[in-house]
Amino acid sequence: MPIITGIQKYSIHDGQGIRSTVFFKGCPLSCSWCHNPETQNYQRQLSVDEERCSGCGKCLKGCETECIQLEATRTQTDFDKCTACGDCADYCYQNLRTVIGEEYEVEKLVDLLKRDEMFYEESGGGVTLSGGEVMTQDMDYLETLLKKLTLLGISVNIDTCGYAPYVNFERILPYVDTFLYDVKVIDDQKHRHHMGVSNTLILENLERLALAGASLNIRIPVVGSVNANSQDIKAIVDYLGERKIQPVQINLLPYHNTGSGKYGRIGKEYQGETYATPAAAEMDDFAKLFTGAGFTNVKIGG
Amino acid sequence: MNERVKRLRQESLDTQAHIDMARAKSMTATYEKYEGSVSIPELRALVLKEYFSTKELYLGEGELIVGEKGDGPQAAPTFPELCCHTSEDMHVMNDRELINFKVKNADYAYQEQEIIPFWEKRSIRKKILSNMTPAWKDCYEAGLFTEFMEQRGPGHTVGSAKIYEKGFLDYQADIDAAIANLDYLNDKEALDKKSELLGMRIACEAVMILGERYRELALTMAAKETDEKRKEELLQIAKNCEVVPAHKPQTYWQAIQMYWFVHLGVTTELNPWDAYSPGRLDQHLIPFYKEDAKAGRLDDEQALELLECLWVKFNNQPAPPKVGITLKESSTYTDFANINTGGITPDGENGVNEVSYLILDCMDEMKLLQPSSNVQISRKTPTKFLKRACEISRKGWGQPAFYNTEAIVQELLNAGKSLADARCGGTSGCVETGAFGNEAYILTGYFNIPKILELTLNNGFDTVSGKQLGLKLGSAPDYKSYEELFAAFKKQIEYFVEVKITGSNMIEEIYAHYMPAPFLSIITNDCIARGRDYNAGGARYNTKYIQGVGIGTITDSLAAIKYNVFDEKKFSMEELIAAMKDNFEGHERILNLVRNKSPKYGNDDDYADDIMKSVFKMYHDTVTGRPNMTGGFYRINMLPTTCHVYFGEVMMASPNGRLAHTPVSEGISPEKGADTFGPTAVVKSASKMDHLQTGGTLLNQKFTPSVVAGEEGLTQMANLVRTYFNMDGHHIQFNVIDRQTLLDAQAKPEEYKDLIVRVAGYSDHFRNLSKALQDEIINRTEQAFN
Repeated sequence: MPIITGIQKYSIHDGQGIRSTVFFKGCPLSCSWCHNPETQNYQRQLSVDEERCSGCGKCLKGCETECIQLEATRTQTDFDKCTACGDCADYCYQNLRTVIGEEYEVEKLVDLLKRDEMFYEESGGGVTLSGGEVMTQDMDYLETLLKKLTLLGISVNIDTCGYAPYVNFERILPYVDTFLYDVKVIDDQKHRHHMGVSNTLILENLERLALAGASLNIRIPVVGSVNANSQDIKAIVDYLGERKIQPVQINLLPYHNTGSGKYGRIGKEYQGETYATPAAAEMDDFAKLFTGAGFTNVKIGG
Repeated sequence: MNERVKRLRQESLDTQAHIDMARAKSMTATYEKYEGSVSIPELRALVLKEYFSTKELYLGEGELIVGEKGDGPQAAPTFPELCCHTSEDMHVMNDRELINFKVKNADYAYQEQEIIPFWEKRSIRKKILSNMTPAWKDCYEAGLFTEFMEQRGPGHTVGSAKIYEKGFLDYQADIDAAIANLDYLNDKEALDKKSELLGMRIACEAVMILGERYRELALTMAAKETDEKRKEELLQIAKNCEVVPAHKPQTYWQAIQMYWFVHLGVTTELNPWDAYSPGRLDQHLIPFYKEDAKAGRLDDEQALELLECLWVKFNNQPAPPKVGITLKESSTYTDFANINTGGITPDGENGVNEVSYLILDCMDEMKLLQPSSNVQISRKTPTKFLKRACEISRKGWGQPAFYNTEAIVQELLNAGKSLADARCGGTSGCVETGAFGNEAYILTGYFNIPKILELTLNNGFDTVSGKQLGLKLGSAPDYKSYEELFAAFKKQIEYFVEVKITGSNMIEEIYAHYMPAPFLSIITNDCIARGRDYNAGGARYNTKYIQGVGIGTITDSLAAIKYNVFDEKKFSMEELIAAMKDNFEGHERILNLVRNKSPKYGNDDDYADDIMKSVFKMYHDTVTGRPNMTGGFYRINMLPTTCHVYFGEVMMASPNGRLAHTPVSEGISPEKGADTFGPTAVVKSASKMDHLQTGGTLLNQKFTPSVVAGEEGLTQMANLVRTYFNMDGHHIQFNVIDRQTLLDAQAKPEEYKDLIVRVAGYSDHFRNLSKALQDEIINRTEQAFN
């Protein structure tokens, strides 16, 4: 069963209207700037905010695997040894320890998502399945979930990096309102370098989805030295133009290091320190590259 | 905003609130002269008449709407007949840091030598406190409930269209007719009615004298005025005062001036709670606006300017000075004159008109705490209007709040009002539902629901006051199931409600007998027809309210006990009580479990929300339907003003991890930091309460500016309001937080677990961000809408 890191209600920037966004855990890519590093691997894992730890040591009582060590003013957690049992969390009165990831039976998840039905209806919103990567999860689970939501008349968007077998997309295509489809760089060399995988499958899938008439919302994270230059952006413009892909919307998402604080909490190191946030004027220029090529509905930000 | 308004507004903001003794002096003289020789209603009306005949008039530079209660802006007359301030009170009011009122040196002596000797034993406050039962007094002092009427008169009422349909000469004719119709043969109350009606007749004279004096003053000033434009204005003011308040207004300007004379009459006669309010101002002004526009007498610029001059007038009136517990429950200068804009017409159609939009522009430009400018949103309200209101609200100064027209109408119908009266109703004060112009809906005091659980767990004994206040039903470990605990809690609630109502009923009688309000009675249906005073059941509808406070805290406390002690058996009741006794110090595990790992109200979690519903229903059933002394019933509403802070002060730590002496939750909002799933979950939880069974509920929703920024943020804010109202929510207001709050959130993350911020395509809980990122967001916050 897929592991879910959280449901964010009142999501108003992941597609139309008021939406609930479900974050699935696990992703085949490993983007160096990732906002949600806790959704990269497919297992439950512990998160500890040791930056704020008072060093009281109470959490040690709850740890059977002895992966917590008490230092002068704070604890040090050995994430390799940790089994993510979560017992230490009961003891941390500062509430700094949490286990990320929970399993939900489809019924339960539908019930949770249905709770905001009235908001979806009023605003033209719905549910967005995001991650991590939702398209690399248990597809039986996903298909059942989508069918149920569709039956209830709830619109579903899929936020995807596109790196999954096309059969997965094919299975759920009838139930999806819009794909929020990430395109990062066209240069495959670069893609491999920053995302850890080739973009061939991603672009192929995009073309096939376009051909199948899927409603597409292309989302482009614009990141400092990765792709925040007119050459790389132009490459995306040309790519979409040549293949006559007509997204309903294009979002240029300026890079921000909001997620950097989360790395240390799961025992990872943030690789994106050197990335710069593109200036507003620069973002405008990138947007103009799209509008200049005849694309409409180009937005900066989500 | 034009130069005139800018100057008047600034003057209103810059002037120091101060005590004005002129009314107290004039009133004392009137009592000395007439007391014993005339009936009480006549005496009360003579007090108003004497004061309005002799008071110093204020007509400030550039003013278009005239009249002040005292010697000018920010003057606060005292009402020693209700609350006779001690010398110490006078010093405290002058010296205290917040909500202070400057006292002139000579007035300390005057208070001590003239006012105190005459009023000390006659004041209503004295009468109330000497009549209350020992149980009432103990509970009152321990903070189980408050009592509204010990320093201020019953009020909470609002004007209707009636004010613009007749002049006070017309009312006098109505009164004379009523006197002529008195049936001395069969009606044993006929003589009392005559006294009351004669009082009303004198009160009509009082306000007309004030109008006439202003006419003369404006003429005198015009004669001396060298600026031609101002001279013309003063002549027009004189002309207005020739028409109103004696006759019904003929123009938009006169209609506003008419309202203001009525406002002065009501708030000078007594110091009623929530002052007085024009209520559905846009509905009342639209016929005058249209007529004037057609005749070419008025353009939108002038119409807006006159509204803004009225706004300044409201802001010139600080709430009457309060002391002691009454100050704690309502610690503010704001006097809650609450204007409802939008809603529906008396025919049930969309009520948004040109004046509605002008009022929105006015509140946006004025940014004044007073009047409380709010909107009523109906299913029929155009989205354009709703979004314009959201646009102002997201600027973060708290106005306008949003009220649900359909909920208001249903609440009123449910409380026995006619459909016609319900459609003309609205909310006043904070969120209180009323049939404007037809109802005396008196709030009697706040009720500390979480404190009663504290007593229930401690065999009715209050460790803070050291007194046995409640019933002896057992202590925490005696309750072997959640149901047993809840049954005991229910019995205690019933007991304290009865203690409260015992007092309130006596207080009602004291006001009915000693402190009629003949002026307010003139303009409230059906006091003239019934020959009865507003304070004695003369209004068409007479409702009393007890306001429940702390629903978030009580829900989370009961949920923490049910979940941890009875269901999951994470710890025993004894362990919990020990932890609470130590204010959770040294009991960090328990604190963490109750604070962070237990079901909480505000998350659309049925475990907690079902508990909220059970507490609400129990409180509702205990209070609603009990008869009051004026022919109506008790009902409940759920709002706190600032009482949640005071109620928290008198409490030890709560089972939900709330620490001793810290505030309880406010309104029907979740406990601080308890809601972690965003606004839709809060709104869902809140909507599980049966709002339609109340007389108003108050929900505060906190946003960081980034969440409501842009067209998208605005649209979804509007959708959030619509959806809450579709689910019968009564009221919602938005608190778009500022830099200071974010700094606070950085220092105390546990109190701000609900705070979501949005950064470039991504939202997160503020507490989850690293310090550096938090700093960055804090630095950006100020600029969001400027």
